Parts: sequence; C-alpha cells; structure tokens
Amino acid sequence: MGVSIRQGSRLPGVDAAPAVPPDRRRGELSPQAVGSGRLLRERFSAALITLVSALVGLLTLVVIAALFLRSLPILRQHPLPELVTGTVWKPLAGQFGFWPFILGTLWVTVLAMVIATPVCLLTAVYLAEYARPSTRALVRPLVDVLAGIPSVVYGLFGVLLIVPFLGDDLAPFAQRHWGFLPWLSPGEVSTGYCVLAGGIVLALMVAPVIIAVAEEVLESVPAGAREASLSLGATKWETVKHVSLRLALPGLVASVVLGFARAFGETMAVLMVVGNVAQSPRSLFDPAYPLPALIANNYGEMMSIPLYDSALLLAALMLLTVVLVFNLLAEAVVWARKRAGQ
Amino acid sequence: MSHIVVEGLSVRYNGQPALDNVSLEIPDRQITAVIGPSGCGKTTFLRCLNRLIDTMDQVRVSGRVLIDGADIFAPRANVISLRRKMGLLSQKPQVLPMSIYDNVAYGPRLHGVRRRRDLDGIVQRCLKMSSLWEEVHHRLRAPATGLSVGQQQRLCLARGLAVEPEALLCDEPTASLDPLSAQSVERLFVELKSRYTIVLVTHILRQAKRLADYVVFLYMGELVEHGPAERVFNNPRDERTRKYLEGVIS
Amino acid sequence: MRLRCAEELLFRALMVLSTIAVLSGLLLIIAVITVKGAGALSLDMITRLPTGGYYLGKEGGLLNAIVGSLLLGLGATACAALLAIPVALYLQHDYAGRRRWANLVRMSLDLLWGIPSIVYGAFGFTIMLYLGLRASLLGGIIALTLVELPIMARAMEEVLRMVSVELREASYSVGATRWETMRAVVVRQALPGLLTAILLAFGRGIGDAASVLFTAGYTDHLPRSLLDPVASLPLAVFFQLGTPFPEVQQRAYAAAFLLLALVLLVSVCSRLLTRRLSRHAVK
Repeated sequence: MGVSIRQGSRLPGVDAAPAVPPDRRRGELSPQAVGSGRLLRERFSAALITLVSALVGLLTLVVIAALFLRSLPILRQHPLPELVTGTVWKPLAGQFGFWPFILGTLWVTVLAMVIATPVCLLTAVYLAEYARPSTRALVRPLVDVLAGIPSVVYGLFGVLLIVPFLGDDLAPFAQRHWGFLPWLSPGEVSTGYCVLAGGIVLALMVAPVIIAVAEEVLESVPAGAREASLSLGATKWETVKHVSLRLALPGLVASVVLGFARAFGETMAVLMVVGNVAQSPRSLFDPAYPLPALIANNYGEMMSIPLYDSALLLAALMLLTVVLVFNLLAEAVVWARKRAGQ
Repeated sequence: MSHIVVEGLSVRYNGQPALDNVSLEIPDRQITAVIGPSGCGKTTFLRCLNRLIDTMDQVRVSGRVLIDGADIFAPRANVISLRRKMGLLSQKPQVLPMSIYDNVAYGPRLHGVRRRRDLDGIVQRCLKMSSLWEEVHHRLRAPATGLSVGQQQRLCLARGLAVEPEALLCDEPTASLDPLSAQSVERLFVELKSRYTIVLVTHILRQAKRLADYVVFLYMGELVEHGPAERVFNNPRDERTRKYLEGVIS
Repeated sequence: MRLRCAEELLFRALMVLSTIAVLSGLLLIIAVITVKGAGALSLDMITRLPTGGYYLGKEGGLLNAIVGSLLLGLGATACAALLAIPVALYLQHDYAGRRRWANLVRMSLDLLWGIPSIVYGAFGFTIMLYLGLRASLLGGIIALTLVELPIMARAMEEVLRMVSVELREASYSVGATRWETMRAVVVRQALPGLLTAILLAFGRGIGDAASVLFTAGYTDHLPRSLLDPVASLPLAVFFQLGTPFPEVQQRAYAAAFLLLALVLLVSVCSRLLTRRLSRHAVK
C-alpha cells in the first residue's frame, strides 16, 4: 500500500493491523466502551461545525441584504434607471448620476481583459502543454507570487513607471501619429493618469487568476485525447488547437470570466493610476472614475449629506451584483462541464 | 527486409530501466502479439514505435528503430510523417471532441485533403473498413461521444485508417470493451492484416493465441523470446516463457 | 507541410513571448519597488512614529503602520482561522452527509472569495455603524476577517481533502468518532497544508487596503485598545504617496517595499513549511 508509519506515531495505520486508537494512549477510554464524554464531545463538535458553516453559508446573503437595505433610501427617491443613466453627480444638489462611473469601470475592466486574455491564455497553454517540468516548476511559484502582491504595490508600480511612460512618451506620440484613430489619440494633453494606465495595471493583477485557472483546466484534458491526435500525425499546435482547447473551452471561458469579475471590483491599484475625473472617457488617454474608486474616495467622510451614504452603498451593491453574477456564471460553466464529464 | 526493425532499444524512466536492449524484426502484414505480465514494458515498446514516448517527461531512449530503413530516433527524423505511418489504437477509445465525420476526416484534413468529395469518400471507405458505416451513416454529424464504447473504438480504428498508415499499433484495444464488441474488433484485425502490419499489445493470453502470427514475449523490460506464434506457444525455448504460458507467473 | 510547421513555430514563439511578458511584469514590479523602497528604508523608518502628521510631517517613520498592520493581520488571521477550520471540516464527507448542503456552503465560499474587498469594507462599516463603533482596530479586524475567511477556508478544504479515505477509515475502524478522527488523524496529517493556508490568508490580509480604508482608519499613533483607530502599511502607501513632499513620499515607498518583502517572505515560508512539516505525514 505504500503506507509507512513512523515509530511511536499515534496514527492508526492501514497495514499496521491492530492499531492503537487515538485516545487509548492517554488511558482515558477503552475501545470497548464509547464513554459518554467522547460522545458528548463528538455531538458538541459536530453541532459547532455545522453552526459555523451555516453562518458562513448565509454570509453572502447577509452581505447582499445589508447593502440592499442601506441603499433603499436612495432607491425610494430616485428610480434605478434614472440613477444608472444619469450623468450628473452632484450629491449636494441631490443629483446622483452613476453613468460616468459605470462607464469608467467598464472601460478600465474591458481594456484590462483585452490585454490580459490573449497573453494569459497563451501562457497557460505554454505551461500546460509545452513547458518542460523544470520550467513549469520555476514559473508557477512566480505566478503565485504575482497573485499575492498587494494592490497598493501594483498601484505604486503604476504611478512610478506606467503613468510617467504614458504621460511623457506614449500620449504625445499617439497625439502626433494616431490622430486619425478616435480612441487612441488624447483629446488634450494627457497626464498619464488615464484609462490605459488602469488597464495595464489591472491586466497584470488579473493575470495570475486567469493563468492559474486556465492551466488547471488544460491539464485536466486527458492525455489519451492528445495522443490520439498526435498519433494521426498532427503537430503539437494542431493538437492543442483542435483537441485541448476544444475540450477545455468551457473552463477557459470560466477563467476569463473569473478574471473579469476580479478586475471589475479591484479598487486601490486602479484608484491610484486612473485619474478619478467624473467624466465619460473618450480615449484611452483620458482619465476615468470607476465605481470602486468612487466608494473608496468618498465613503465614511461626508456622511452628513442626505442620501450620500445610501448612494455609495448602492454603488457597492452594483459592484457586488455584477461580480456575483459573473462568478455564478463561471461556476455554472464548470458545473455543466463536470456533469458532461460524468 | 521487414519494414520495422528494432536494434538494441533501451528506455529508462527517471533512471529506472523499462526496456533493456530489445532487438527484433517485426514481420510485415501479420499480427505480432506483444505479451508479458503487466509492467513488463509492452506499452513502452509500442510507444517507441511511433515516438509517442517523446511526450513523457524524463525518459531516455537509446538504440535504433528502423522503419523502411530509416532510424526514427535520428535527430532529423520527421515525427509527423512517422506517426502518420503508424496508426494507434489505444486501450480506452479516445474519440476527439467533434462529430463522427470530423473524427475520421481529422487526419486527412491535417494532411491537406480539402475537397469535400474526397473527404466524403475517405470517411465512407474507412467507416466501412471498420464495419461502422451501417450503424452511423445516417448520423455522421452527431457528436462522436454519443456512440457506445465499442462503436467508439471502431471509430478510432477508422480514424487511424483514414491517414493511410502502414502499420497499426494496438495497445490492449479490447481491454475496455464488452465481449461482443471485442469480438468484432478482433475480427477486424484478421481482415486488416492482409494490408497492414499489426502490432498488438495484449495481456490476454487467449487473445494472442487466437490472433497472433508472431509472438514477442517481454519480461521485466527484457525481450525473452520471439518467434512464430505456433512455435512459441507450442514449444517455448525459455523457462520464463513456459511458466508464463502455463500461468505460473503472470 | 512547411505551412504547418510555420504555424507551429509562430504559436510557440507567441507563447514563449507571453510567458516572458508575464514574468517580466513581475520582475519589473519587484525591481521598481525595491529600488525605490530600499533607498527609503532606514532604521528610523521602522522604529519611529511619524512626527508632525503622516500627511505633512517630514520627520519620523512608519512604526505606526508596521505595528498596525501586524495587529490587524494577526487579529484577522486568528479570527478567520477560528471560522475557517470548522467550515473546512464541514466540507469533508464525514460531516456533510448530505452533499447538497456542502455544495451550498462551498458555493457561498466561492462567491465570498470573489467579492471585492471594497465591498467588504463598505459592509464592515455598515456593521460598525449598527454596533456603534467608529473606525478602529476592531472594525479593521472584522472587515479583514471577512476578506481572509473564504481564501483560508477553500485552501484548507482542499488540503483536508487530500487526506486519503483509507486513512480515515483506518481510524474509524478502531472505533474513533468523527471528531477524534479529524483531530488526531486528518488535521494532523494535513497540518503543513493548514499552516500554509493560514500563511497565505495572512499575506492577503496584511496587504489589503480597500477593506481597512474606512474600518480601521489611519493615525499617527499606536493603538491603546481595540477601539482606537490604527494605521496600516497599505494605507501608508496610499495616503503618503499623495502628498506634495518628497520626504513623505519616501515613507510610501518604504511601506510598499516592506509589504512586498513581507509577501515574498510569506510565499517562501509556506513553500518551506510544506517541505519541512510534511515529514510527519503518512505518505
């Protein structure tokens, strides 16, 4: 069985036939009689475990309910469509238009995904299908490190490197040469604090999420399917294209969806580089003001303004809803895949 | 000269020998059964013949395998055309994630057959050869995963035949089939051997006795004995072969 | 044939380039933060409180943020572990007799894992208002616990699941109860993994800024009780980067460097831990 027991261990083993029960050593109980103390402990621990788990299971609902209750005041005064499509944000005048913020979030997130998706999927394919085990053993921990870096560090990195590069080099260059491309040329002089800076920083941040999930999915493709294709004289890439990617497709979609959800709610790093001007950006070099940044910059401060706090919690609820929907989508995709596999 | 010749083939996984200095010739257009207890290197041997062994990590191969006189492990050998020559039928049927038609057309398409009419012809011919045509011709567009396991295995055979191989490498091809499907696959081998060299790895002694023209007996990575089936089964020269055939070791 | 090989080479090159791009992103971050931050680091920086206000005062160091982050991180990790261990045990087959409930809890954890930390911050603040708390160490610990809980619980669940069924059955077959089996066999067998999960969550928690932004606040001083506001390293980066004074920005760089070093340390430690402690485990 390959099971070895260290001497003196209290672990009951598989092939160490009459194993010593865990508690007998301390002379508390004989294995013949299950003492009431043991039973009590068993019952109590089981109840506690179930209780805590039930609470955690309900936590998602509690979070949703709390945010919903707190955003009711503003929803009572202004219908939701008006809030979502409104473009004027003047809390002092009682005007709460979320549209610029929603648009800002979408710009930054979609841009990040456009940058990250192809690069991350190619990396995942490389790691899962091509890389030698030694390369994989080297790269994987590094990707994990990338996942662990705090978002303010990403933000600082953006401020120190990406923002100056965009503001001083790329934006002037784009203004001179790409004037005919509406999205790519800055309307005015760009400071570098812009949608593109947010997109690049976010792309780096979601990379480990996408790579890790996509790689895992690709590795679960059965070796036999690959060999069947190879044995017909397909090249490695043809095998990847026609067999691995096709079999892994739902999981790869899930990886991108998860990355999107992650990017959508990311706050600090984006907040630090995106400029935070409440306007609808017209090019990649314009500043934007995403929803999470709105909450982070204002919540907890001007609480005396009527409805302000409710409006910000509505913003949090919007974020939460989108993120939950995307996570559920990813979950459903993976679930359907598992069912199909059975 | 037969077209598969193995000379001094040794394989090590992670330093552990899996095949040790195997040399033999595989006769053309016959069924060669590779037998031996599990873990004796049968599958490793088979995977060397189409270099699928390359996909495994930490493997060292030495020695030569000559196919049509050319060493397939030579640095400049063309693996793709080699694999095209050596069809593979694996233990568990591995249908590709596409329709029945596309499964068979997959290989020819890769190798440049584009015209619809040609592809239709190939698909029909190969499905007939694997005696699957009658069962599936009305639902060629259905996903291949909907077929029964026995049908899937015959589809894999058709898919292999579609790239016009010279040899078929079969790794316990009936191991996951029910007895009736297994029987029909065995019958196909007998039909196909007039046109293809078949290398059949099997751990079922009776299957080897039913089908084999030539027998290779491997034991712990070592080539113990090989020769015409009649001779090996009735008059084994090595003690280990005799014990294996009698069921003393397995 | 030549076309097919060209396609193969093209995509292989693209893959290698992508991998290099991702890795060079990582190296660039480490390089930039190290160059800026190591220069700003000094003994004063880690042993002194800021003088004259963290936003404007040019003297002093980061002691408030270092101590604050450690208190927040340790407190939240301890709370999260207390909750995560029972949940991870519950998700094992031994307890969750009916799979449906386990699946629901697992799904809830997945969703909690995906909730942005700013939402936890807002939620935590709402709870604090309800309890009558102001921005404080306690508030920060509550919010960070929520952030860490799903990370830790899912990691622990996976570790516990690796303990083989045979090993559990061996324990049951000598008459042990579930609790005894879990405590004496499963948890012990999975110990290195559990510690790794705790370390991982600690690393995530200590670096999280959005959740402590309104719940823990920021201050120049060390907290004297759970109800005092407390500074933290991530917010030290965020707030002090925004000042016009280069001297104050130095503190931001140093704080970012400390955070990065801490995260790298945690990652290395968990790797060593996995290797070192697994010798007690039955292979």
